[in-house]
Amino acid sequence: MLRAQDLHITFNPGTPIETRALRGMSLDIPSGQFVTVIGSNGAGKSTFLNAVSGEMKVDSGRIEIDGIDMTRQPVWERARHVARVFQDPMAGTCEDLTIEENMALATLRGQRRGLGWAVKPALREEFRAQLSTLGLGLENRLSDRIGLLSGGQRQAVSLLMAALRPSRLLLLDEHTAALDPRTADFVLQLTVRIVAEHKLTTMMVTHSMRQALDVGERTVMLHQGKVVLDVSGDERKGMTVKDLLTMFERVRGEQIDDDALLLG
Amino acid sequence: MSLYTLLGALEIGLIFSLVALGVYISFRLLRFPDLTVDGSFPLGGAVAATLISNGTDPFVSTIVATIAGAVAGVITGWLNIRLKIMDLLASILMMIALYSINLRIMGKPNVPLINEPTVFTALQPEAMSDYVLRPLLLIVVVLAAKLVLDWFFSTQTGLAMRATGSNARMARAQGVHTGLMVLGGMALSNALVGLAGALFAQTQGGADISMGVGTIVIGLAAVIVGESLLPSRRLYLATIAVIVGAIVYRFFIALALNSDFIGLQAQDLNLVTALLVTIALVVPKLRQHWSGKKLN
Ligand SMILES: Nc1ncnc2c1ncn2[C@@H]1O[C@H](COP(=O)(O)OP(=O)(O)OP(=O)(O)O)[C@@H](O)[C@H]1O
Ligand SMILES: [Mg+2]
Repeated sequence: MLRAQDLHITFNPGTPIETRALRGMSLDIPSGQFVTVIGSNGAGKSTFLNAVSGEMKVDSGRIEIDGIDMTRQPVWERARHVARVFQDPMAGTCEDLTIEENMALATLRGQRRGLGWAVKPALREEFRAQLSTLGLGLENRLSDRIGLLSGGQRQAVSLLMAALRPSRLLLLDEHTAALDPRTADFVLQLTVRIVAEHKLTTMMVTHSMRQALDVGERTVMLHQGKVVLDVSGDERKGMTVKDLLTMFERVRGEQIDDDALLLG
Repeated sequence: MSLYTLLGALEIGLIFSLVALGVYISFRLLRFPDLTVDGSFPLGGAVAATLISNGTDPFVSTIVATIAGAVAGVITGWLNIRLKIMDLLASILMMIALYSINLRIMGKPNVPLINEPTVFTALQPEAMSDYVLRPLLLIVVVLAAKLVLDWFFSTQTGLAMRATGSNARMARAQGVHTGLMVLGGMALSNALVGLAGALFAQTQGGADISMGVGTIVIGLAAVIVGESLLPSRRLYLATIAVIVGAIVYRFFIALALNSDFIGLQAQDLNLVTALLVTIALVVPKLRQHWSGKKLN
């Protein structure tokens, strides 16, 4: 399980452009749970995911995965436990490497890398089988540079790559946002399938309230660097996008009132 | 051109193909614009020549020179990775530092190797002329280097190194210690350059403090010429291309220097190289411009 406790991140502290991106962000995610994360632009969603993956250092707070303290670990060390798919399809793959080389890289995520061949015939067969489940014909293009694929295809391969090696946490930051609606839907369905197949503990950021309620089993809303709404179970089942929006507005309204009080 | 000149050009071309392979690793695979080369090439020469003239076995001397090159590369990488100095600047600092270090090693601006044994004289059979043997031996060395690189970059570690150059963020997310990969790649790159310097000193009759000037541009020229002659993203073809590029480039230079009607002299070499690299860099862009669409 993931345990994030009282995380604080401030960008450019002490300057006029100071941004308090995380302000006491806490979230526990039990093993196997699929959480969707929503919140307006600048709420701190990406910053939170980056803090968990290690890409950003937290000013204070503690990050644990299955009881292991990760707070001070660099990205490459956390990668053993954390898999991720980025928003930008170009970010999650190496465009100069072939499809099979990218996948070979991912099969050893967080493992020791030695002087054995990176791509072996047995591995190649496994990749072929995995790729054929996508139905995109990529199983015949193993030695094509991945830079030749479309954004949607690259994102689909990134998802497969994330699941090639067991992980304790899967992070998805708006990973369908750069895709056209049909491809986005395809990648989302693929996400649901892969998460279910591997029983992955997952955190998925999305801007679509619809998506946030449709997939996964819990939805949290971030606002000004912390969780302001956390729904799951029966409460979430009966929820409509409209309910969620209303709650969203209410939270924001209250926040503005608070600020007004403070300023006044 | 006589056979002698031709073999001489081949010999230097082969030596510089080691430099070119090193430059290919730093500039292309790691995307690290590394000018250390201008210092690690004479470093290799200085170490080898000094050791040999002090009576050390030429093979041992050559190996030590190669290791010295690797160390220089690691320091440049370290300046960049740990001290966060911009890559290009880090390599310039190292290059400048090496100028002093090379003078210190040699104790004077040049160390001649006239009657001392070299790796070439040690392997010289009675029946063969030295100017035939040297290119032959160098072909073996260069091919061995090429095969080792081809192998290494298809291993798990080698792949991680290539990923680091191509997309460091992704590599880290896959658990690759990218800092270590840069250090390793820089070591490999400059080890090749150090080796080239050591061999160069042993074929040219000694090491000289100014033997490194323009090495990086020659290496880059070789890479660029090779890539335009034999464009390929497959690694085993790319390494061939780089080697061919270095040799072809060297033949051009020999041709230019030996044609009286062009009237070029040895001191014009760097200017010619700079022009050649400029042309090679601009031509693809012009071609792109004319054809009106993006290439590759
Ligand atoms: N590297 C950075 N330097 C300075 N400020 C940053 C940096 N990264 C994020 N911020 C700021 O931190 C705040 C939170 O940003 P973050 O990217 O986490 O928001 P988000 O919830 O992911 O928004 P979006 O929905 O637009 O992706 C924003 O105000 C942003 O401008
Ligand atoms: Mg974001």
